[in-house]
Amino acid sequence: MNTLLQQIFNGFVQGSVYAMVALGYTMVYGILGLINFAHGEVVMVGAMIALSVIQLLIGSGLPPLLILLISLIISIVVCIALGYSIERIAYRPLRNAPRLAPLITAIGVSIVLQNLAMIFWGREYHAFPSLLPNNSHMLSGAIITEVQILIVLVALGMMGGLLLLMHRTRLGRAMRAVAENPSAAILMGVNINGVIAVTFMLGSALAAVAGIMVSANYGIVHYYMGSILGLKAFTAAVLGGIGNMRGAMVGGLLLGLIENLGAGYIGDLSGGFFGSHYQDVFAFFVLISVLIFRPSGLLGERVAERA
Amino acid sequence: MRNVLKHLSSKNRRSAWLAFLVLAIVLLALPFFTDALFGRGWVRIVDFALLYIMLALGLNIVVGYAGLLDLGYIAFFAVGAYCYALLGSPQLGLHLPFWIVLPLGALLACIFGVLLGAPTLRLRGDYLAIVTLGFGEIIRIFLNNLNAPINITNGPQGISMIDPIRVGEFSLGNTHELFGLTFPSVHLHYYLFLFFTLLVIFISLRLEDSRIGRAWMAIREDEVAAEAMGINTRNIKLLAFAMGATFGGLAGGLFAGFQGFVSPESFSLTESITVLCMVVLGGMGNINGVLLGGILLVVLPEALRHGSGPAQQLLFGKTLIDPESLRMLLFGLALITVMLWRPAGLWPSNQRQRELVTENDTTHL
Repeated sequence: MNTLLQQIFNGFVQGSVYAMVALGYTMVYGILGLINFAHGEVVMVGAMIALSVIQLLIGSGLPPLLILLISLIISIVVCIALGYSIERIAYRPLRNAPRLAPLITAIGVSIVLQNLAMIFWGREYHAFPSLLPNNSHMLSGAIITEVQILIVLVALGMMGGLLLLMHRTRLGRAMRAVAENPSAAILMGVNINGVIAVTFMLGSALAAVAGIMVSANYGIVHYYMGSILGLKAFTAAVLGGIGNMRGAMVGGLLLGLIENLGAGYIGDLSGGFFGSHYQDVFAFFVLISVLIFRPSGLLGERVAERA
Repeated sequence: MRNVLKHLSSKNRRSAWLAFLVLAIVLLALPFFTDALFGRGWVRIVDFALLYIMLALGLNIVVGYAGLLDLGYIAFFAVGAYCYALLGSPQLGLHLPFWIVLPLGALLACIFGVLLGAPTLRLRGDYLAIVTLGFGEIIRIFLNNLNAPINITNGPQGISMIDPIRVGEFSLGNTHELFGLTFPSVHLHYYLFLFFTLLVIFISLRLEDSRIGRAWMAIREDEVAAEAMGINTRNIKLLAFAMGATFGGLAGGLFAGFQGFVSPESFSLTESITVLCMVVLGGMGNINGVLLGGILLVVLPEALRHGSGPAQQLLFGKTLIDPESLRMLLFGLALITVMLWRPAGLWPSNQRQRELVTENDTTHL
């Protein structure tokens, strides 16, 4: 057993999920300067919808890959609709309100979504059916499953696609323009409301995929899974520099690595005093130290204080 | 409250005093009213409302006055509560009297506030939010896990059999007969908490118009300009953190003495967010608003808890949805609607209202 390599593998898998969710936070923050606290719940809804679709289709005799694809598409569509509605109902009317007002509506939305999920799907943990053949491979002393490889590949692919979208298309340019300076973007003929709506929809689509990934990896779905994942992803976004998309990707992967290496080695480092329960302490401690030395995150721009 | 008095006194000083007197009588008689009108359990809820109001007022200093978004505020509550619990329970075998433990808890919370504040005050708004959030989680995780290798906090089981608040032979944990009236333990705690709440309100009011309070508001409105005016922003921000934390620690000590039991579960992120909701929903920076927000957010979920089951029975003839989920669902919806209806909070401060007008023109879309 090669512990170091194993923890690095696990870290990469977890980190790519964090990165996908963190992108949702960071895109919204970059454009609106708003912490979308309900984003974690969108991930949960994505996973739940996929679960229901799979349960519905699993006896139908369709090939497993097709079922997974259908559930993926349906859950992405539902999450996009959800993301759009959240923006429309809870954020758009408050765009000129005090900064903390949308934070409270976001908390409200997240409470509502969590409890709706509890009413629809119940309090219990659901097993997420494994549709793909889940073979594991030994790679120089560490185990990695095919699902995990797929997760990392899909995440990398989607992040690459997103970067292309941001830097090579008209829409991406509009999004960057709105993030840079909303009023100037309006003057240049950018449809701000449209761009903001698309941002939320993109983030929600990523969240849906991330929700399915994390459920497939752990095999468990639960109505409460969104808040913890959301918190971690938000931390990752801040670590990388919130508002910066590359930062979210780097931050996500880094947080995954830090957590897993921390969990593996914190006992040895502290002479057995701290066990692996302190994994989260370790992650937050790293975050705080990074922020003390680089107050706007690893890749965040150093913004001068503006009056 | 003071605004009301000020407003009235310009017209008629006597009616102001009358209003004050009526308010005092209502507050003193409140536990007996709730006993008679709603049933026995409500005094306890009122006690918790007072604790939450203390917390909300403390957080109001940090978020409302100084404009520093703190998402880990409950950590200071936890520090106060655990300080009381450790020094006044069989856990460590210490039974120090409460007038030592309570100030000690507040002081310890204050120190933690400075410890958190000192390295993080350079951070801008939302970065500070995540660091405070992380700090809150760190404190909770430590409380949860410090039962091994040396058992200090007794881990997730928490500390029980905490000494009740006691002055000499007069213990607040027992029922007492005074002036021909029976005062159960919850009633006695009510008066104690009322005293401390009024104290916190008084301090907040005095701070608001003081040099320090104005410095906080100047920083909230424009840190660069405040610094240019000669305000030592670092010290003043640290002071906001320390003051807020002190109130949190005080409330925590009272909580431990009242409850007789503390466990890490009471200090989760959700609690921090609830207190923040009170401050923002009520109206940041305005004491009246914070009081209103605190009362609403304690009473509303309780009322929904009692109302959501029977209301379903009445409407559909059976309980369709688990009342607990329905209660939280309605609570979430209420948060959204109130915020959409009054974005600056239910009772915003005049100062902030003025500020908002200019903010619209410059930074937002």
